[in-house]
Amino acid sequence: MPLPSEFSALEPYLAWDLATEPERYAKRLASTMDEMQEFYDAAFPLLEDAITFCDKFPLDDLSEEARTVMHLMQSLVMVSFPVEVWKQPRVPDSGAAYLDVIVEPVV
Amino acid sequence: MPHYKKPDAGSWTQHYPELGTAPVDYTDSIDPAYYEKEREAVFKRSWLHVGRVERLPRTGSYFTKELPVLNTSLIIVNSGDGKIRAFHNVCRHRGNKLVWNDFPGEETEGSCRQFICKYHAWRYDLTGKLTFVQQEGEFFDLDKADYGLKEVPCDVWEGFIFINLNPQQTLAEYLGDFAKGLEGYPFGEMTEVYSYKAEIGANWKLFIDAFAEFYHAPILHQKQAVKAEAEKLIGFGFEALHYELKSPHSMVSSWGGMSPPKDLNMVKPIERVLRSGLFGPWDRPAIDGLDPLPAALNPAGHRAWGQDSFEFFPNMTLLIWAPGWYLTYLYWPTAVDKHIFEANLYFVPPKNARERLAQELAAVTFKEYALQDANTLEATQTMLATRTVSEFPLCDQEILLRALHKEVGDRVKEYSDASAV
Repeated sequence: MPLPSEFSALEPYLAWDLATEPERYAKRLASTMDEMQEFYDAAFPLLEDAITFCDKFPLDDLSEEARTVMHLMQSLVMVSFPVEVWKQPRVPDSGAAYLDVIVEPVV
Repeated sequence: MPHYKKPDAGSWTQHYPELGTAPVDYTDSIDPAYYEKEREAVFKRSWLHVGRVERLPRTGSYFTKELPVLNTSLIIVNSGDGKIRAFHNVCRHRGNKLVWNDFPGEETEGSCRQFICKYHAWRYDLTGKLTFVQQEGEFFDLDKADYGLKEVPCDVWEGFIFINLNPQQTLAEYLGDFAKGLEGYPFGEMTEVYSYKAEIGANWKLFIDAFAEFYHAPILHQKQAVKAEAEKLIGFGFEALHYELKSPHSMVSSWGGMSPPKDLNMVKPIERVLRSGLFGPWDRPAIDGLDPLPAALNPAGHRAWGQDSFEFFPNMTLLIWAPGWYLTYLYWPTAVDKHIFEANLYFVPPKNARERLAQELAAVTFKEYALQDANTLEATQTMLATRTVSEFPLCDQEILLRALHKEVGDRVKEYSDASAV
């Protein structure tokens, strides 16, 4: 799904167009910090515009484009901890611990 | 000098003299024989929360609940006569598990008009009555009325479904004054759910311990705050606004400076844009019931109030956040040194993308914290099991831990004494 032109900077990051938390979390763990930093640097400045764009639609009836933008922003939230705080993909000191999402609202 | 006023007895702990102030023996978290007694004395006779009514919206909506600690699996169903019912998940013919998909050990949910056993097609209606037996004429003096599903006492408080194998009190009596004081909170409006599950390599009480004190927060979670803020938090340490025990339940009331923060520089960039974080979205949802709050919330009446965490004995945490959302934690033992941890976050359904992303950030942040909390537990369990040290000093901010271990201990002792007669 091509993005609206105002979000063309996100075209290289469409692999982050992921609908569910388990997919986003898995991609986070499989990514390097450089990859996540690059995505964050492209997406963070567009966060406010993305919200404005998506809010033109009812949340339960987003256009295909808007769904993609939402998924990318959900992925931005996912990488924000590694990028802003941890400086690594995993939660520090979390060892083998896991916590699976079993129910979530999916956009 | 405490920042928040303590009771006249000098401390929260001494305000409840039955607790004592001595070090606490944690053998109760590593001894397999003690665990077996807990199952009998605590879990098989307490009201246990198994899910919300929103999971059962229509007649015939059901879910199953695997409860190894009770050595059973239950079917919880909306039986259509205004009642939620619970049944042991076992067919009366030859013991097949009645409701399951593909993997008998996994929980399932759905909607049906009746329960039909996969094995020989015996059928039960939604109230548990046996209604059909395949080749009934082949049986000997079989009266279907004698072979209904085995029902388990089940009741609902404010939309929270509880079951109890062997009730000593009604649910309302059991939950007591804390529950009464929470009635009217708009739980039913908060239907946007995020649920999490993990197997934790530690005794169930250890995870409650971890969530029932915030003494650890400035240290274990220090990297989650920006640096200057983390240093300030460590300097202050943690003090609750209020603690209260209403045996066997307890609660802690805490400040909530982060929703919204006094200074935006205290929080991370994404939190500034999405106006959300660990404490939830900063902007309250526009629903009734949040102002004024029910009497049990913010018992100290403090303007800096941020959250109240109720420990409903034995294994349910109900945490209500000032910005208008709540979560539950359940701790389901599977062995003395293992349990299944479940967390459920409940928000008012978002009206737009902005609200949706604010909730997303709160949910993601919750998981970052919980993973840190979870991993310390296995390390604690391993070292407790060495029995190098068995008695541990608990501070005044750990009063709920002291209360939990005592409540369990009292019940185990009473049960052991009664069985010994």
